[in-house]
Amino acid sequence: MNKFSWYDAASLDAAQKEVNATVSETLQPGTADDAVVYKAAGIDLLDLMKEGLSRPSKLVGIKNLPGLDKLAFDSEAGMMLGANLTLARMAENSAIKENYTALHQAASQTATPHVRNMATLGGNLAQRTRCWYFRAIEHHCFRKGSTTCFAHTGENENHAILGYGYCVSVHASSLATVLTAFDAMVEIRTAQQALKVVPMKDFFVLPTVDRTRETILEAGELIEKILLPAPGKNTLSHYLKTGSRKSQDWPMAEVAVVAELSGKKCRKATIVLGAAAPVPFVSEAAMDAIRDKVINESTATAAAKAAMQNAVPLSQNAYKITVFETLIKRALLELVA
Amino acid sequence: MPHGIPDYNLATVEREVPATEPPAWEVNDKLKVVGKRIKRTDALAKVTGTAVFTADVQLPGMLYGKMFRAGIPHAKIKSIDVSAAQNYPGVFAVHVLEEMIEGANPKSGEKSSRYPDIKYAGQPIAGLAAVSADVAEEAIRLIKVEYEALDFVVDLDEARKPGAPVVFATDVDQEASDGGEDIEQGLKSSGNVRGPSTRSFYGGPRGDLEKGFAEAELIIERTYRTQVQTHCPLETHGVVVDYNQGDVTVFASTQSTKNTRNDFAKAFGLPKSRVRVISEYTGGGFGAKHALGNFGVMAGHLSKISGRPVKLMLDRKEEHISAGNRPNSVQFMKLGAKKDGMLTALKQLSYGTAGVGLGAGVGRIAQAMYDCPNFKTGQYDVFTNAGPGAAFRAPGNVQGAFALEQLIDELAVELDMDPLALREKIDKSMIRKVERERGARRFGWTHKKAGSDKGPVKKGIGVAQAHWPRIVNLDSTVEVRVMRDGAVEVRSAVQDIGTGTKTVLAQVVAEELGLQTEDVTVLIGDTLFPIGPSSGGSIVTGAITPAARNAAYKMKQKLFELAAEKLETDAGNILLEAGTFALKNDAEKKISFKDLLRRMRVEQLTETASRSDDYGGFMVGTIGHGELGSVQFAEVSVDTETGFVQVERMVAAHSCGRPINIGQIESQINGGIIMGIAYALYEDRVIDKSTGHQLNPNIDQYKMPFSFEVPDIQIELIEDYGGRSSTDASGIGEPANIATAPAVANAIYNAIGVRIYDLPITPAKIIAALNNAKNKNDE
Ligand SMILES: Cc1cc2nc3c(=O)[nH]c(=O)nc-3n(C[C@H](O)[C@H](O)[C@H](O)COP(=O)(O)OP(=O)(O)OC[C@H]3O[C@@H](n4cnc5c(N)ncnc54)[C@H](O)[C@@H]3O)c2cc1C
Repeated sequence: MNKFSWYDAASLDAAQKEVNATVSETLQPGTADDAVVYKAAGIDLLDLMKEGLSRPSKLVGIKNLPGLDKLAFDSEAGMMLGANLTLARMAENSAIKENYTALHQAASQTATPHVRNMATLGGNLAQRTRCWYFRAIEHHCFRKGSTTCFAHTGENENHAILGYGYCVSVHASSLATVLTAFDAMVEIRTAQQALKVVPMKDFFVLPTVDRTRETILEAGELIEKILLPAPGKNTLSHYLKTGSRKSQDWPMAEVAVVAELSGKKCRKATIVLGAAAPVPFVSEAAMDAIRDKVINESTATAAAKAAMQNAVPLSQNAYKITVFETLIKRALLELVA
Repeated sequence: MPHGIPDYNLATVEREVPATEPPAWEVNDKLKVVGKRIKRTDALAKVTGTAVFTADVQLPGMLYGKMFRAGIPHAKIKSIDVSAAQNYPGVFAVHVLEEMIEGANPKSGEKSSRYPDIKYAGQPIAGLAAVSADVAEEAIRLIKVEYEALDFVVDLDEARKPGAPVVFATDVDQEASDGGEDIEQGLKSSGNVRGPSTRSFYGGPRGDLEKGFAEAELIIERTYRTQVQTHCPLETHGVVVDYNQGDVTVFASTQSTKNTRNDFAKAFGLPKSRVRVISEYTGGGFGAKHALGNFGVMAGHLSKISGRPVKLMLDRKEEHISAGNRPNSVQFMKLGAKKDGMLTALKQLSYGTAGVGLGAGVGRIAQAMYDCPNFKTGQYDVFTNAGPGAAFRAPGNVQGAFALEQLIDELAVELDMDPLALREKIDKSMIRKVERERGARRFGWTHKKAGSDKGPVKKGIGVAQAHWPRIVNLDSTVEVRVMRDGAVEVRSAVQDIGTGTKTVLAQVVAEELGLQTEDVTVLIGDTLFPIGPSSGGSIVTGAITPAARNAAYKMKQKLFELAAEKLETDAGNILLEAGTFALKNDAEKKISFKDLLRRMRVEQLTETASRSDDYGGFMVGTIGHGELGSVQFAEVSVDTETGFVQVERMVAAHSCGRPINIGQIESQINGGIIMGIAYALYEDRVIDKSTGHQLNPNIDQYKMPFSFEVPDIQIELIEDYGGRSSTDASGIGEPANIATAPAVANAIYNAIGVRIYDLPITPAKIIAALNNAKNKNDE
């Protein structure tokens, strides 16, 4: 890790005045060596710094900013989640558990208990992909400014099957998968201290649009809160994740389903796949297939198959198709179990 | 001496015992301290953090060393420029390595250029020492190396092809490490392929394969593959060297104080007596820490140049890429059998790569475990541009067992036999017979048809066996001291790598002197003390505890003389029990251990003793009773729609001669099983074929097991007396690890009805295999 200075910000203004770069910018070749970036719990940032990928000159600690770890629920207005909330606090919160089941499930299954005690919501959404070529200093990859995606023809067991271009990395954030399914909004404070509210699905950026970043965040912009719409009356949700281990693993595949039901009939559903594509992947095909259907083994299976219709696996990850089909089917069936 | 297995065939055997060694102990039941569940003497120090590992050592004026490593996998070095690093503020010494002491080396020893050729990505080139780890890290970035890049190969199959880039242009050799896989010397190479090795200490081929296969009523041919596994000890490799003008002290995280000293003396042309190696605590080893290593040589030079102590600990990435690994393998197996299960022929052909090292054989388990009159093996080493392999917990045998024990399972399936019953028929080992019986009872084994569960999540059961030879090492000497204040001290250079060596030494001496474990202070891990064996080959307990008992026994004789004087009788009339010397026929005439010592004429008495040859002669070349067998049973559940495997339960039946400390043995078995599960399901070093760099040199994407991955483990520990030494103890570390992966693999087959031939058994492979099977059925 490089030498850096440390500034523990006491106010939003002070923090924003300091910061002049996003962490993603520091990963590109030829960046200035005076980059100043935000650090929440630092789990993702320090990983990148220890590997020598990011070498900021100064870190601005935002964990102690007042008010950024608030959580509020109102059955009319919905849920407000401060960016500094830890995953552990989200996992144990009863309003989340009762009204946004899938979010509770994702927050409590992410990482390990000690990581969840530290990791923040904002940092989780702004973390970078886990692609092992991207994460390694030895591989100067497409996303870090070269012309080569090593994973495209290399070791790609964990990589994308849907919605990718040349870069085949998958998005790392489980919370993003779920929050996208809930149609959450991200409230961002711009460097000019204006507020910007964007739907979660517009928050993420495909590498085909801009390969150097994964979110729309510009230097100095700060996620202040996440807003979830009030839970619909007959809306249920479910989240499923699988991997090779239960401890510690990022998902090999994950699915979040939010559906409005009448009885066992699905009025409409949002189905989002994580670890499938470079951004949380909203499966319109699955959503169309299950709309206005009674959810049962055969309709759930049909929706799952529809979701994978356009999947184009790489050399080592065809298995993901089966796994996603399973998770989509099971998540739908869980809603009516 | 007691001989055999209690409740089965316990008898008495006569042995000729050297005059200086004690009479036989009775079976554990009759002993006070040995064979019990004794808390580790250093448990408190470890959990409270007062135990000082090498990583914790701080010396006045100490500098921090760091290595510069090759950025490409195969190259000649054109030039090295260290000037900027040299001039960086806070840097005290820079050194460029002149030779590689790890891995294989050409016999000639001649060099093609000034610097060693680069043969793997991450090979050390240079190093420096600076005032802090941070400064060292900044400065190391300033070293510039110009390479002439060469074609490279990192894949086992690619490396075997004609025309593949060649790693070593001439024949090479390498000495096997202590407890490491055999390395047959002088074998020839063709391209990257060296061998085959066809012999072991059990001998060469036996019988006539062709005849054996002609007699067979059933022939099974299968190919098995195992992956590269890295050691991942909690404490990485490292040293603190204080060169001190040639009166050297080396603190080392090592499995061998002896080898570390010898390597250092050799590298620096010093007499062994001027190199002191200290390893009071070592944070795990698993076979990769038997030598000084390039990093140790580097630290030596940096300390010599700077005139200050230098600490050099590898980081986790360096640990993965350069500090050793279990070589991978592809094993072509052919088995002939009669319809009743009797084996007629077994042929084994294997290739494995230890990167730029040797020792990628698949062990002797296929040769030794079953009754099969016709056997032949050919084991090839294949060179690739990857970090050198090292001994790794039951080297070779873990790979070999995965193939052999699945093959036997397949034979049982073909014959429609219970795999346990088949083994009963073809396995002559008495200890494994008992282990099968006791293990099966504990497990509740009833043969189950493969893939018979309904629903997507299926349970399966599997069994596998292990063989490990009993090995000892005569570099095993212990000094026992008693002091006037009653202190009893045990000293040996042997190290404790977390297995509990300190505690077993205290127990054995306490038992002999009629004391309790806590009455004995154990000082080990220092070459100033009498020589100890390396911690490898499951040698230590069987090698060092007899030396300790022998020394304590000699001390006891001295104390008897002293007590006889005080009690006015002959030494032969005295008993020592529960801390008291008393007359055999008059218990009232007595003196306590402490009182006796208080009345010594001198401040301290010292006795030293060594391990002698096995009573009755070493068993090399023979198998059967007395080996370190084991039988493990696994129950798994497999989600056939996600490929997720959970090992639910393991029953492990083991033997290790006379058990000394039940708790510590169980810890070893637990650890062996957890490591075996990780080998079966998770761990896999992945190197990119186009760049030659490891993609997962961390403990995130290199998947280790954590708490959810640990099953319910039940242990059946069987006493197995052989009358081989004054303690009759043996090791357990390696046998604990061998049978697990095949037991799990067999259980997965039993659950899903499809066999996976390739480790680790990941969800991806399970799904692919099931989809394949389904497509075949649909056709
Ligand atoms: C072993 C392990 C397993 C894991 N498994 C999972 C998993 O299964 N699913 C999953 O989703 N995650 C997983 N994670 C990732 C973990 O949840 C994230 O690393 C963590 O949430 C990041 O939060 P942080 O506060 O540490 O962020 P930091 O590292 O502090 O910041 C990350 C990035 O976000 C930026 N940032 C932080 N806060 C803000 C803000 N308010 N506004 C704008 N930018 C901001 C920082 O500048 C930086 O670029 C795992 C992590 C580990 C170590």
